[in-house]
Amino acid sequence: MADLRALYQEVLLDHSKHPHNFRAMADASRSAQGYNPLCGDKVALYIKLEGDRIADVSFQGTGCAISTASASILTQVLKGKTREEAEALFTRFHDFVTGQGQPDGNAPELGKLAVFSGVSEFPVRVKCATLVWHTLRSALSGSEDLVTTESAVE
Amino acid sequence: MATAPEVAKPLARPISQPAFDVARVREDFPILKEQVHGKPLVYLDNAATTQKPRAVMEAEQRFYLTQCSNVHRGVHYLSEQATRAYEDVRVKVQRFLNAGEAREIIFVRGTTEAINLVASTYGRKNIQAGDEILITAMEHHSNIVPWQMLCEEKGALLRVALINDRGEILLEEFEKLLNPRTRFVSVVHVSNVLGTINPVAQIIQMAHRWNVPVLLDGAQAAAHLKVDVRALDCDFYTLSGHKLYGPTGIGVLYGKAALLAAMPPYQGGGDMISSVSFAKTTYNVIPYKFEAGTPNIAGTIGLGAALDYLNGLGFEAVGAQEQELLAYATPALSRIPGLRLLGTAKEKAAVLSFVLDGLHPHDVGTVLDQEGIAVRTGHHCAQPLMDRFGVPATTRASLAFYNTKEEIDALVKGIQKVKEILG
Repeated sequence: MADLRALYQEVLLDHSKHPHNFRAMADASRSAQGYNPLCGDKVALYIKLEGDRIADVSFQGTGCAISTASASILTQVLKGKTREEAEALFTRFHDFVTGQGQPDGNAPELGKLAVFSGVSEFPVRVKCATLVWHTLRSALSGSEDLVTTESAVE
Repeated sequence: MATAPEVAKPLARPISQPAFDVARVREDFPILKEQVHGKPLVYLDNAATTQKPRAVMEAEQRFYLTQCSNVHRGVHYLSEQATRAYEDVRVKVQRFLNAGEAREIIFVRGTTEAINLVASTYGRKNIQAGDEILITAMEHHSNIVPWQMLCEEKGALLRVALINDRGEILLEEFEKLLNPRTRFVSVVHVSNVLGTINPVAQIIQMAHRWNVPVLLDGAQAAAHLKVDVRALDCDFYTLSGHKLYGPTGIGVLYGKAALLAAMPPYQGGGDMISSVSFAKTTYNVIPYKFEAGTPNIAGTIGLGAALDYLNGLGFEAVGAQEQELLAYATPALSRIPGLRLLGTAKEKAAVLSFVLDGLHPHDVGTVLDQEGIAVRTGHHCAQPLMDRFGVPATTRASLAFYNTKEEIDALVKGIQKVKEILG
């Protein structure tokens, strides 16, 4: 049962029940839709850019505890970041939840994301955690395509 | 060949012996002894695929060990043996469905391919612009998408019969949807999500009054209730071997001989021809016209063993056992606070789809998995049905005759654990 507690940490469950920045954004400069066709999870991500910096970010959608918490925490850690910093976070987070890396001391911003440390033990749930991050990438690149977990996602 | 010695065992049981001997039946399914995450496996995902009795695996292995050869080709001994074994199963399926003739049984990969075959051949030939195809709100994607593709190609219209909150087809509404433009009806016999056993005999009668042929998607039905295609008078019936204790990759399309004979072929290749020249090819007779290329011989033989096994248990016993489990599980789950069952039809197979307040089925499934309990979570390839009930997904426990009340208890306990962890 230790594994399950590591997966469903208190902080993660809090975010899933009371997600932060859970709203549409009328004046978003970028938005993208993410979809997991295997489970039906949907996420819409909205970003307001000021120059190269993410001034505001919000999301809406339906999903499991892990995907909802992931989206909620993403909106928290991204606010104020540059596009380049967001890209770097994507890579680090992806490596982290797929078990390819650990958060390092030089990345304090991964602190909040460390709550997903249990996910790598549950390979079928990795997509739940990464869906919103792939959606972020799509939003930043300005792609209009729907992001799905079953395309080139993992 | 496929007449496995094991199948005789249940028949040998004295008739006076009461209830179904679950413990003994479970011995036939080696996988049920497996441990998952250190807990005994509780397999409640039988609507996705059923486990296989030893007799099925042995029949396939026997083919590869002693008979492996191609069918309908060679003059040599093994080919003759393989051909006989393969064709024997066609007769077994014919009897299993009570079809009039063995040539009405076409071997395919599964229900999905069977429906695609009918849509691509009968459909392409007979459906025109402005025609209508009628399905229901509880269809699996495999009984929606092939018809949508056909409608798109032909400019035809897909119409959908609605269901009530219990998950039953509104028969009066269904009847009203039949009209002079209706050219085909395709309906699921038993719903994979709701468990609803549809009133298919009435549906067929209604459609036939308009001279409209009916296909029944029997993927979830054939393993759980006795199917009689002649009594039903259905025009097409489809089933998947792996959902009735047989191997994956083998399934059946039943079609009335006159319909099949008039249909163009599905795929071109060997076996489906009677003569080929570069100027012209003459197609083989049914069923071979629809079986291009080397078929799934071992899978077919395994399917034969599965039918023998099921016949050995008897549908009366299987049905009674599964209904008893359903009658036990329904109140046990309903009592759980915050749990809502989807699919409460009066006529129901042993499928229990549910949602838990505030908890997503994927999280529920992950916690149950850690308890060794295998359930399906998600939309079950029935997204329009999920929309109908206003949920993105459900958790589904689908039972088979080898399940026990103790396993239902384990599920109930597992759900309590879910609430503890995620609550």
